[in-house]
Amino acid sequence: MVQVLQIPGRAALGMLSEVGRLTLFVGQALFWLVRTPWYGRQILRQIIDIGYYSLPVVGLTTMFSGMVIALQSYTGTERFSAEGETSVATVVVLIITRELGPVLAGLMVAGRIGAAMAAEIGTMRVTDQIDALDTLSTRPMQYLIAPRVIAGTICLPFLVLVGDIIGVFGGYVIAIYQLGFSPSVYLAGTLEFLEPFDVIIGLVKAAVFGFTVAIMGCYFGYHSGRGAEGVGRATTNAVVYSAIMILIFDFMITGFAFVR
Amino acid sequence: MTETQIQIRDLKKSFGSKHVLKGISLDVPKGQSVAIIGASGTGKSVLLKCILGLIQPDGGSATVDGIETVGASRRTREEVLKKFGMLFQGGALFDSLPVWENVMFRYRQNTKMDKARLRAEAKATLAEVLLEERVLDLYPAELSGGMQKRVGLARAIADKPGILFFDEPTSGLDPITSGVINRLIRNAVDRLGATAMTISHDMNSVRQIADQVAMIHDGHIIWQGSVKDMDQVDHPVVHQFVHGLPTGPLTKYAESI
Repeated sequence: MVQVLQIPGRAALGMLSEVGRLTLFVGQALFWLVRTPWYGRQILRQIIDIGYYSLPVVGLTTMFSGMVIALQSYTGTERFSAEGETSVATVVVLIITRELGPVLAGLMVAGRIGAAMAAEIGTMRVTDQIDALDTLSTRPMQYLIAPRVIAGTICLPFLVLVGDIIGVFGGYVIAIYQLGFSPSVYLAGTLEFLEPFDVIIGLVKAAVFGFTVAIMGCYFGYHSGRGAEGVGRATTNAVVYSAIMILIFDFMITGFAFVR
Repeated sequence: MTETQIQIRDLKKSFGSKHVLKGISLDVPKGQSVAIIGASGTGKSVLLKCILGLIQPDGGSATVDGIETVGASRRTREEVLKKFGMLFQGGALFDSLPVWENVMFRYRQNTKMDKARLRAEAKATLAEVLLEERVLDLYPAELSGGMQKRVGLARAIADKPGILFFDEPTSGLDPITSGVINRLIRNAVDRLGATAMTISHDMNSVRQIADQVAMIHDGHIIWQGSVKDMDQVDHPVVHQFVHGLPTGPLTKYAESI
């Protein structure tokens, strides 16, 4: 009986200790975010990695999502409403700005950047580079983690803004060239129901997701196990937990912002 | 009487149920080069990392110039670390930085020295480890194992520290390159007048680098003496290790754990 209880007990203790360790890590990251020196070159390098090099993948995903939403909402609304042109435009712009833009960008960046951060920092851990930083009078949290968290939090809103525009453009292309809508009516429908608040909440979500992806990538890399297997597991965990956290935070922010 | 620069008392460290250090006590006199020898997994690297505060020991004390490093505040630890240069086992060079930035890393992060001067300093330091100017802009992945070790050594001695730690400086190197690294280490230690602690399995390396030798076995220092005395020690464990004998108490110990 005792042995049977030991298994879930050990799992619960393990989970609690992991949550505690993650909380401490987030606290340390926040502590070092606001302290000088800021490593400008590191921040710039991360901004280029996260912001610039993620643009194609985020652009492509949001564009095709905008196209799919246009097609789906047209075939869906056709069944009960004759006002396809306006409703398709509204559905595309609202879904892209409020939901799919930030979530897809977050998930893409988690796959691309979260994994890369975990792999890079994990490799630095197993090859003693993090210990070397420490012995060279440089704080690893300040030199490695803070720049990534800053860059992630800054870049994702910009990526989402660009992704929103591309996604709406994807819907526009399908609506005009495949469904035969009038461009002026479609554009009017796009702007009619869109409020600045929709875009702002999308960008807030993006900043939270960027922070989450960077923290998860850094956390799992920083606490990577020994050897190639340890780094591999850190990379997988970074992507999986980033994705889960993005969806949880998405639900929470949506509930907080839009449900009255 | 020679002043003790590093003093370790009853240092203990366990990982889960594995007790790696069971109470290590050791004095390292100022200006002396001490080698720590012992079989794999006996906690030699753990000992160095405990002294540097990279690993928190479970108990005991480690002082550097009288300053306690176990449980020290971040600020105290950072002050103590400024006295150190360390060559890690695999070199631990930063992959994303070229050689000159690796060598001058501490200066680059902590001073406002301009790039031209940093490169000039890096060139001079690399010359001390017999590396030419052409490696300045190469990345660690473009270097051989021996060159990586030399760049690691250049980084360790770049700001002329008073204490040098070497973790397996010749592991993975051929005998010729090992000999070159040993000579460079000994020269650097002598030139700087530094206190050195070296971890090694390589007895040739120990003979070339060290003045004193201490052997760790089963979590304790079981013997400490001069390099000259090492070959005449009667202790069966030390005798087997120093002479690389395939049978003896160390073999039985390894099979029992």
